[in-house]
Amino acid sequence: MSETVHETGGTGPSHRGVEAGVAVVIGLAGLIAVIGSLRVGIGWADDGPMAGFFPFYIGLIIILSSAINLYTLFAATNDQGLFATWGQLGKVLSVVIPTGIYVGTLPYIGIYVASALLIGTFMMWLGKYRWTTAIPVALLVPVLIFIFFERWFLVPLPKGPLERLLGLYA
Amino acid sequence: MFEDIGNLMHGFAVVLQPQNLLLMVVGIVLGVIVGVLPGLGGANGVAILLPLTFSMSPTSAIIMLSCIYWGALFGGAITSILFNIPGEPWSVATTFDGYPMAQQGRAGEALTAAFTSSFVGALFAVIMITLVAPLVASFALRFGPAEIFSVYFLAFCSFVGLSKEPPFKTIAAMMLGFALGAVGLDQMTGQLRLTFGFESLLSGFDFLIAVIGLFGIGEILLTMEEGLSFRGKAAKINLKVVIQTWKELPKYWMLSLRSCLIGCWMGISPAGATPASFMSYGIAKRISKRGHNFGKGEIEGVVAPETAAHAAGTAALLPMLALGVPGSPTAAVLLGGLLIWGLQPGPLLFVEQTEFVWGLIASMYMGNIVGLIVVLTCVPLFAAILRIPFSVIAPIILVLCAIGAYTVHNNTFDVVMMLVFGVVGYFMKKANYPLAPMVLAIVLGDKAEESFRQSLLGSQGSLGVFFSNALVSTVMTLGLIALFWPIIQEGISRVRVAMGAARPAQ
Amino acid sequence: MSVTSKILSFGAVACVGAAFAMSAVPATAWEPSHPIEIIVPAGTGGGADQMARTMQGIISKHSLTKQPVVVINKSGGAGGEGFLDVKNAKGNEHKLIITLSNLFTTPMATGIPVNWKDMTPVAMMALDEFVLWVNAEKPYKTVKDYVDAIKAQPDNTFKMGGTGSKQEDQIITVALQKAVGKKMIYIPQKGGGAVAVQLVGNHIDSSVNNPIEAVAHWRAGKLRPLCVFDPKKLDYKDKIAGDMSWNDIPTCKSAGLDVEYVMLRGFFMPPGVSKDAVSYYVDLFKKVRETPEWKKLMADGAFNQSFMVGDEYAKWVAEAEKLHEGLMKEAGFMAKTN
Repeated sequence: MSETVHETGGTGPSHRGVEAGVAVVIGLAGLIAVIGSLRVGIGWADDGPMAGFFPFYIGLIIILSSAINLYTLFAATNDQGLFATWGQLGKVLSVVIPTGIYVGTLPYIGIYVASALLIGTFMMWLGKYRWTTAIPVALLVPVLIFIFFERWFLVPLPKGPLERLLGLYA
Repeated sequence: MFEDIGNLMHGFAVVLQPQNLLLMVVGIVLGVIVGVLPGLGGANGVAILLPLTFSMSPTSAIIMLSCIYWGALFGGAITSILFNIPGEPWSVATTFDGYPMAQQGRAGEALTAAFTSSFVGALFAVIMITLVAPLVASFALRFGPAEIFSVYFLAFCSFVGLSKEPPFKTIAAMMLGFALGAVGLDQMTGQLRLTFGFESLLSGFDFLIAVIGLFGIGEILLTMEEGLSFRGKAAKINLKVVIQTWKELPKYWMLSLRSCLIGCWMGISPAGATPASFMSYGIAKRISKRGHNFGKGEIEGVVAPETAAHAAGTAALLPMLALGVPGSPTAAVLLGGLLIWGLQPGPLLFVEQTEFVWGLIASMYMGNIVGLIVVLTCVPLFAAILRIPFSVIAPIILVLCAIGAYTVHNNTFDVVMMLVFGVVGYFMKKANYPLAPMVLAIVLGDKAEESFRQSLLGSQGSLGVFFSNALVSTVMTLGLIALFWPIIQEGISRVRVAMGAARPAQ
Repeated sequence: MSVTSKILSFGAVACVGAAFAMSAVPATAWEPSHPIEIIVPAGTGGGADQMARTMQGIISKHSLTKQPVVVINKSGGAGGEGFLDVKNAKGNEHKLIITLSNLFTTPMATGIPVNWKDMTPVAMMALDEFVLWVNAEKPYKTVKDYVDAIKAQPDNTFKMGGTGSKQEDQIITVALQKAVGKKMIYIPQKGGGAVAVQLVGNHIDSSVNNPIEAVAHWRAGKLRPLCVFDPKKLDYKDKIAGDMSWNDIPTCKSAGLDVEYVMLRGFFMPPGVSKDAVSYYVDLFKKVRETPEWKKLMADGAFNQSFMVGDEYAKWVAEAEKLHEGLMKEAGFMAKTN
């Protein structure tokens, strides 16, 4: 990705570079569909299309349209400017990374503990709330969720060591 | 006919008993709650209450349970409008204009329009059920696989070609949706496909996970990029907005009527509420004078899908009772309830259990009226949620989205997929790929493929089956017209220009 | 683990008079300590789902357990998702799975690595029946008319509808084709209710619906049962449609169509659960079977009310597995890849 300077200041990846990346990724998804379809048969059996028939051609169309999108992208001469500034992308990452940790740890520490940590971190780090506000909210929400989902609607959610310790789950 | 009206009046008498009215309110409130939270559906609400209802009379029980159904239908629009997160497939189309309206500080207006339209659609469908129930059931029987495919075809055609984005981006996005929808078990051959041996992919990509990620999480990321706040102005918080919106709504009577008809038709044919909402939105966008403004916060873009979805959701109850085929998971659980009370859904239900059937129909009228009152009084409350600071509400939305994604298959892998979809949605939206056709393809793609292949099985591979009788030919032709509408429109205008040019020469 | 320690401590505390008390009260020491999950390896509204939800209702109505029962559908990969979940929940004594024939067919047709031997058998609740149905407008009144009509036409003319692909309905269809000597077109649908409606609408020529899926249309005079695939006639003698009762439907074999099939409706638990937990659930199911609601469900669906536990049940399942393997191999339904 080439770096361009935006008129309003700040640098970041160029729009063209990111868009090319998106087109390539979508094209790869098409390729995966094609490969997967070949494994189950793409022919037309005597009783209609086989399991891979539709996904195969869908995959081909995806690859083809991604190629066209790439071509038009580079054929265009005008500079499309920045995709976003690094500062903006940093803000986006400040949500993606905690959420990534959240979804990654959730199967092991349970959804309640993970949610309390996510809400607390988010409020204090990004919202600059004092811990006196953040911690009560961070504790209250999981408790309400527990009462609502597990007790009232009997929907079991992932639990971890803490719940086991409290005897809520064997 | 007169006998039926007598029965209906008797039904109203049953429904209006104070105890039943109370059950109705309880059902509606519960339904709205269940409809708002992405992790719960009407099926949860009905399933939990079902055991409690064994001590009631079947009529009271079905009143309460069907009110959960209405409540959940109303509730689905709330998260679509406020947070761009549709909880049910049929509220996806509501986000297209509902969410932009909320961003412009018109959340109250959008909610009022959505609830009122839902009510109008449902009411229209109930009236139709009351008047022509027997005809409707026999019409539903005419839908074989080819006819069902033609309906999906029409839904796709009336929606595709609507986006302003470059055509090959639209095609890429839509095809990506089809590919994602194809993952998992192929219903027709019983073979697994595109799973590459991963156990987590067995159940494929559920619509809800994709849509929570693409729309909900993607939107939070876009919001973050632009600073820590909802982009919209704070919504007005009072009930005046209801009255103001109501003054405006009668203007759209044509739109409402058309959406009602689309909805009823789709509800009776087994296609259901989701294609109805997309089709109604697509057609409204083409016909409306303000069509170019759809997607930027146009009230017509909320009225059209909501009216059609609810007309369809209501009309679909009739084939369910008369034929015993549930149209949604919620309907399936309701159907299970009927069996437990010893009521057998089927053609004879209307003959043998008149009190129950007319009680149910009466409760459809009353349930929707009560529901409308309940949700409208809550409009300011819902709109006030937008006043909670972003850094407090955003993590809570993330948590609720995670729960929603998890509960689809009770699988933590789906929660990871939700975040992946969120990042994908952020990049695709910024790179100018339309997300709506992609979601439409995920929702309807596998169903359309299934009915297509069922048809070809029946016809032994001959495509002629899609034009084999009047019904299927008509729907297919309508679809083709919708698909080529832009070209046809241009053709017509050229002919007009040519005639206009020819005239002075005469 | 915790269960054993509980039992040990219980034994230690009550050792003085425990032996006497235990022999006097045959109830098992194990009790559920939090909600019991019933996994349904199929979608909402199907036969297994209906049975599980009815049981949930019965258990809560009669307060048969101290803890609530939760029904969870895990239908992905033809139910493979549900079986994998139970297989991987080693030692979880609050999880049960209700099975249909996809217990056997799913691993065979898809190659998903599960087998009933990976789980703990609990009890057979009933056997579900299959009936050969045709549209009542059609001229075939008996199995012979039906078979003759198929024979009179070329291969791939008659359309048979059924639920799912490479599952029980298609297995019966394949066996039926073999018995008749003509190929039929098999059109899979998502659910049994949809199959029955397609038959009423004349979009298919016959179906092998379970009784409960088609009974409403039979009573309305839209469908006609020709024969039942059970080796013996159904027990239920109450009049259903006109003068006919379930008992009046001949068996397919006696009518000259040598095809027999019944489907398991039974329960399994994850591997590594204690015997006490299993016997707790067996007791629970026995109580469920005594309730009027259960009896009504059985009569409505014309179920075969066989009940088996322990080794007898495991033996039955092993035999059924062998039978399915033979049928699936013969039909060419075994997974090739993955």
